[in-house]
Amino acid sequence: MKSTRVLIVDDEPNIVISLEFLMKQQGYETATAADGRAALSEADRFRPDLVLLDITLPELDGFQVCEQLRAEHGSDMGVIMLTARGREAEVAKGLALGADAYVTKPFSTRDLVDTVHKLLGTPRCSGG
Amino acid sequence: MSGWLVVVISGCYLGVLFAVAYWGDRRKDAGRSVISNGTIYALSLAVYATSWTFYGSVGRAADTGAGFLPIYLGPTIMAAFWWFLLRSMIRSSKRHRITSLADLVAHRYGNSAVLGGLVTVIAVIGIVPYIALQLKAVSDTFALLRSGAVTVSHESATTPVLQDTALYVALSLAAFTILFGTRHLDASERHEGMVAAIALESCVKLVAFLAGGLYVTFGIFDGVGDLVNRAASNAETAALFTLQPHTSYQSWFWLIVLSMFAILFLPRQFQVAVVENVDERHLNTAIWLFPLYLLAINLFVLPIAIGGLLVFGRGDVNPDTFVLALPIATDQPLIALTVFVGGLSAATGMVIVETIALATMVSNSLVLPSLLWFERRLSRTPVTSGPAAAGAGLPLASFGYGGDLGRLTLRIRRTTIVGVLLLGYAYFRLAGEGPALVAIGLVSFAAVAQFAPAIIGGLLWRGGTRNGALVGLLAGFAVWTYTLLLPTFARSGWLPESFLVEGPWGVGLLRPEQLFGLHGMDDISHGMFWSMLLNAGCYVVVSMIGRDREPRHFATLRVGTELTGLDGEPAGLSRVSVDELQILLQRFLGTEAAKNVLEDYLRARENPNSPLATSRVADGELVRQVEVLLSGAVGTTSARVMVASVVNENEPLYVDEVMDILDEASQVLAYSRELERKSRELERATAELREANERLQDLDRLKDEFVSSVSHELRTPLTSIRAFSEILRDNLDLPGAEREKFLRIVVDETERLTRLINQVLDMSKLASGTVQWNITDVDLGGVIQDSATACEQLFEQRGAQLTVSVPPCVPAIRADRDRLVQVMLNLLSNAAKFCAPVDGQVSVTLCTEHDDLRVDVTDNGDGIPPTDQERIFERFQQGPRAGNGGDHGTGLGLPISHEIIRHFGGRFWVQSTPRHGATFSFTVPMQPIRAGRKADV
Repeated sequence: MKSTRVLIVDDEPNIVISLEFLMKQQGYETATAADGRAALSEADRFRPDLVLLDITLPELDGFQVCEQLRAEHGSDMGVIMLTARGREAEVAKGLALGADAYVTKPFSTRDLVDTVHKLLGTPRCSGG
Repeated sequence: MSGWLVVVISGCYLGVLFAVAYWGDRRKDAGRSVISNGTIYALSLAVYATSWTFYGSVGRAADTGAGFLPIYLGPTIMAAFWWFLLRSMIRSSKRHRITSLADLVAHRYGNSAVLGGLVTVIAVIGIVPYIALQLKAVSDTFALLRSGAVTVSHESATTPVLQDTALYVALSLAAFTILFGTRHLDASERHEGMVAAIALESCVKLVAFLAGGLYVTFGIFDGVGDLVNRAASNAETAALFTLQPHTSYQSWFWLIVLSMFAILFLPRQFQVAVVENVDERHLNTAIWLFPLYLLAINLFVLPIAIGGLLVFGRGDVNPDTFVLALPIATDQPLIALTVFVGGLSAATGMVIVETIALATMVSNSLVLPSLLWFERRLSRTPVTSGPAAAGAGLPLASFGYGGDLGRLTLRIRRTTIVGVLLLGYAYFRLAGEGPALVAIGLVSFAAVAQFAPAIIGGLLWRGGTRNGALVGLLAGFAVWTYTLLLPTFARSGWLPESFLVEGPWGVGLLRPEQLFGLHGMDDISHGMFWSMLLNAGCYVVVSMIGRDREPRHFATLRVGTELTGLDGEPAGLSRVSVDELQILLQRFLGTEAAKNVLEDYLRARENPNSPLATSRVADGELVRQVEVLLSGAVGTTSARVMVASVVNENEPLYVDEVMDILDEASQVLAYSRELERKSRELERATAELREANERLQDLDRLKDEFVSSVSHELRTPLTSIRAFSEILRDNLDLPGAEREKFLRIVVDETERLTRLINQVLDMSKLASGTVQWNITDVDLGGVIQDSATACEQLFEQRGAQLTVSVPPCVPAIRADRDRLVQVMLNLLSNAAKFCAPVDGQVSVTLCTEHDDLRVDVTDNGDGIPPTDQERIFERFQQGPRAGNGGDHGTGLGLPISHEIIRHFGGRFWVQSTPRHGATFSFTVPMQPIRAGRKADV
């Protein structure tokens, strides 16, 4: 059985470490990227099933990356946005751009894992 | 029927009218006007229908079938135009206090007294025959009723004057009119009681005529169908149903035009429609109600005419009297009496309103201006000014009327009323047996139609001049006299018949009714054609010729947003005291009214607390105001003349007066310059305020962003702390190395968080100025050495080399030592972070520069791109990643350092070329500077 792949995008190394640990613990294959451009090229290469995407990134920000991902990969790729800014406008914007879910930092590890499960377990509807 | 019965009944009717008029006036004085009502207004307009409608229409219908209609079609059509035409006349008349036709014309053409006088003369000459007509109608119908016969024995020509009922009718009408038209001088010339009475009369005549008509149609005959059948079978009446050559299209055209002008320019129509109008909204009702009234009162004209012809044939009975003769002949005294009263009502209504209108015109536009002119002619001596001589200096003083000028005006009017009525009686006696009633009426219409070019042209064409109107009116009047009035004289026997048939002195081309060979038109159309042609023609031509020479006298009558006041300013120095103006006003409006008006006016313009200085000079505005007020009472022309005479228009200007004027002018100039300056300052202040506001808004936004950034920055380490803490809690069996690693991260992030919070607090305190500065004498060299020592370990870790060069003797500066250390640590740690990863070099130098001490910290890293060089001094901005993956900055270090140096009065900046390292420098002044001085970066 082909294992599920998760791409982790964040410019804070420590956060990347924690996320990697969590995902690996669930048995997913992981890859990481520390800025927007790297994120896009990794997405092309790694072809993840899910992307954990921080908003505040150097080069391209998380919104632009999400937009691009949706444009290129449609709804094959799940996207969970992570951010320290939790304003409603940002949430709406993210969801409008095609994110499937939105998690504010600091997050609860259990909630995050649950969300991941939900996304990777449920069939995807088109359009997001 | 007993003559006395008729007299008594008539007397009673007049008494009722009297009562209604009295009641109307009383209600008005009590403030509860009865005539403020669209229906009453429309009914008062029906004064258009005179005894002519009662009798003459029937006569005309008997002759020409529908030929009576055009006289009523005209007003009906005109009602549609009333919307703007009449409304604009009402509005401008109210604004300029125009109270008569003559006033309207005079005012439009620069308050020309000559024009006003001419209009008055034409009106009087034109209307007197019309009044005679009414007297004749009353007299004839009275005779008919009294005799019980259907023919009148033409005795009025031979009856001794003192036994002539017509005379008594004329005199009683004069009395009535005087009583209700000239009780006092009202500035607006309104007579509410009279209007109420007139409205009642309109109802009475309508009811009477309808009664007569219904009786004829359904009483004598069996309804309309019966009438029509009988008419068709009767040779004489059958002809009525076809349009005869006498009633050709041309004739209809001119009659319609004529009556359209008549409904506007008959003095009585102007009086009720414009002068007596209370509220221009009543016009809305009149526009449909009045034509409806005309329709109703004309409904039975044709049936009565047909009925009369059927009953009497074309015999002895004058068709004009059918409506009365029929009930008499069929022994219906009650109906006959009703009809008579209706006819009386129609006649008296017309006479009353017409004579009041004429009296106003004569007194305001003819007599008063003439008196004033004579006075000016006779007493050329300049009038002295000053309150003491005010009485002597007032107009008409030389005629001995030092007293109440208002009373004089009223006296003039009463005389006019009696005079006009007597003139009408005289005309009636002399010419009453001549042409049929209708003809004289139309001739009068044509007389007032001569006003049309001047008034309508004046309203629509700015180029119309006074001379144009004058010449036009004269030409039109002359043609009218020649083609229409004289022929009636000829037919009455005052002029030889040959005048009509062969022309004066036998000149065929000048025959009055076929002028220049134009034949085939009936007399009215012919007269109208020539008079209108010459009138309008001369008006246009003379106006255009004289356009440049005539001074700008145009006072607009059109309603619009523009309003020019009474134009044509007096040239020369006008100087009159308020007292003098007050006395003038008093003479006409009464003491109370004059005082109130002036006080109101002055109070509105001056300090309400200071006493009214009535001996001071009145300004131009007040003079104008007084003119307007007076013109309501005596007409615009006379008002202007009177005020002008009080105002010493012709005094020559002296040098010192000229100097005064110049002084004033220069003062005004200076004032206006001052005003300009102030307004410019105001603009500048506003612009500054706007800028400040924008800056505030910017700062507000920055504050929001700051809060948002800080929150973001704080959450980031918290995320790691929480995540790893949870991982450690949920995974108790983690391998030791991993556990250690994670715990280390937690501790690091905690420290990072703490640092951040401290820096944020620090930054905040610095920015708000709440920092406690500990100012002492500081050795900057020592500070540098200490900071270098503190960073030794950091540099070792990085594998970089730090070189410090400080001169041995450094002057002390006054500063906060700890803060300077903070700055140095910030710069050194940055340098360590960003210098080259291999063989990193950092050097620190200290030197003096002018009055400052200067420190430079140079590293050999990648440098900072120019675009970022400003940005890094902003909060939370960090330079390009050094790729060390380790120690994160908070992004606040540089801003804080910058703030600290700024506080000491120094400068703080960076120089860098990409790929060639960067040098951060700052200066601190050696002389102590006041804290908080704004230094540039």
